[in-house]
Amino acid sequence: MLNNGQGASLGVRAGRMPMFMARIYRRLSATGPYFTLLGLVLWVGTWWLLCEVFSVPRFEKMPGPVVVLSELFSPQPFLGVSVFTEEYYAHMWASCRRIFFAFCIATGVGVPLGLFMGWSRKFRDYTFPILEILRPIPILAWVPLAILMFKGFESPVIFLATLASLYVSTLNTLLGVDSIDESYFRAAGCLGSKPHHIFWHVVVPGALPFMFTGLQISIGVAWFSLVAAEMVSGDWGLGYLIVDAYMNNVTVPMVIGMITLGFVGWFTSVLVRIVGDRMMQWRTRALAMENR
Amino acid sequence: MAASVAVNQSTAPGAAAKGAVSIRNVTKVYDPEGVNVMAVDDCSMEIAAGEVCMVVGPSGCGKTTLLNAIAGFHSITAGEIHLDGELLCGPDKPLAEQGADRVVVFQNGALFPWKTLRDNVAYGPLVRGQLSKRDALDKAAQMLADVGLAEFAEKYPGEVSSGMARRAEIVRALINDPKVLLLDEPYRAMDELTKSIMHEALLEMYDRTRVTMFFITHDLEEAIFLGDRVVVMTTRPCRTKKIVDVNIPRPRDYHLLSSEAFRLLVEEASEAVHEEALKAFTAGERELA
Repeated sequence: MLNNGQGASLGVRAGRMPMFMARIYRRLSATGPYFTLLGLVLWVGTWWLLCEVFSVPRFEKMPGPVVVLSELFSPQPFLGVSVFTEEYYAHMWASCRRIFFAFCIATGVGVPLGLFMGWSRKFRDYTFPILEILRPIPILAWVPLAILMFKGFESPVIFLATLASLYVSTLNTLLGVDSIDESYFRAAGCLGSKPHHIFWHVVVPGALPFMFTGLQISIGVAWFSLVAAEMVSGDWGLGYLIVDAYMNNVTVPMVIGMITLGFVGWFTSVLVRIVGDRMMQWRTRALAMENR
Repeated sequence: MAASVAVNQSTAPGAAAKGAVSIRNVTKVYDPEGVNVMAVDDCSMEIAAGEVCMVVGPSGCGKTTLLNAIAGFHSITAGEIHLDGELLCGPDKPLAEQGADRVVVFQNGALFPWKTLRDNVAYGPLVRGQLSKRDALDKAAQMLADVGLAEFAEKYPGEVSSGMARRAEIVRALINDPKVLLLDEPYRAMDELTKSIMHEALLEMYDRTRVTMFFITHDLEEAIFLGDRVVVMTTRPCRTKKIVDVNIPRPRDYHLLSSEAFRLLVEEASEAVHEEALKAFTAGERELA
């Protein structure tokens, strides 16, 4: 009863506010963001306690959050990179550009490949075994070949990042086509569709949900393999920043590189999700009706 | 028998002269891994043009196999199926071609979830190049409005109730002016109240179009309420067991459900249905044992 009364009075108060205020008010009164904040505080706090307060054995050599953050936001960084140095953005930019190319190539090749594999039995019989044989080969095993095959620093790195995410986008798209209910194909057939209608009106939209799940994973995988590739070759990029710091025996830029990677990777994956939601209004709206 | 159909048709103006389905000695044997399963055995049935033919039988008896053969989803092993005198499938051509003259309404609904109701309805005329995009969309909007879905035309199927979605699906079929509508237990998952509304809406659509219907159901009351004839099928292999003529004039409404004539017809059909259901049940038990 008490709770109900409170809820009602809060609702009335929110009702009298201007629109944007009401929106901010609603944001602030939702519990979600506070839990996120609390989780973050707990995580950083544990890190801080382990490394800087108690200097627990095995942790005392690791840089703590205070050291890392004060270096990251210092105008005159002691060890080279901070948000005020051009170098920091150059590393970030180099990696992002490579990811952009790798992800575009992987999507441009992988999605059509997956669609055709799902659509045509014969095409799948030709291509699927090859894909399955190539897939388990770790990206690091491709490094020497990539360096031999491609000139310069950029193209081998992009190739390696592309390769990893290509498998993911192809397989998920294929799975997406397989997931389409048979009755949609039948319905399209009995309404007089030609095969190309079925491809564009059933196969492509029906595969979208799995496809976008795949693309979100694929951009993550592209980041993994990009960093691995940058560690081996190149002179810019977040992966290079990490391995270079390691070589020079300085741990703080290493951790800065890792944290930056995490945030940039998260951001790219959110971008993919936003594009997916835009393209699948039918799904977004249906899920919203179920309060999800 | 033939007279009763003629009477029903003569009560409605503009009776359809198309959509006569003739099923002649059709047999279908499934052969998964060498185990022959006879789904349909020497089944014959004549459906007159403009008739609502209700097919009732135990679960898994092969009714859907028959529907799939007419629609061109599955081949047949022997026999012939004709539509308005033209061969759909027969000994030399076991699989009928799929076409918009025989549109299916599916058990679980098959509106494309990624298209709005209006785009769903406009789909058939568009892909066949029958109407321009603009005309197809206009006609779709008009037909949706006719069944009371005007304000839902721009919604996706996931946003409307199952009853509305099913109604839109029937509109998506009817916009193609099919010769025969093939309905595979379309109202199976619905509660009684929604069902009765759906039935009345379907009857209203039928009174307007007089399209031939091949309607599969488990629900005997539904069969008698909607149909001109109720064909009771045997348990697998599927054959015609009994044909019940429904001599109730159209237009019909739900008051019919409480009438004596209706009760007598249900009684007449239910004996045959019950017998087959029992057979199917004991056969199922034996298979398990």
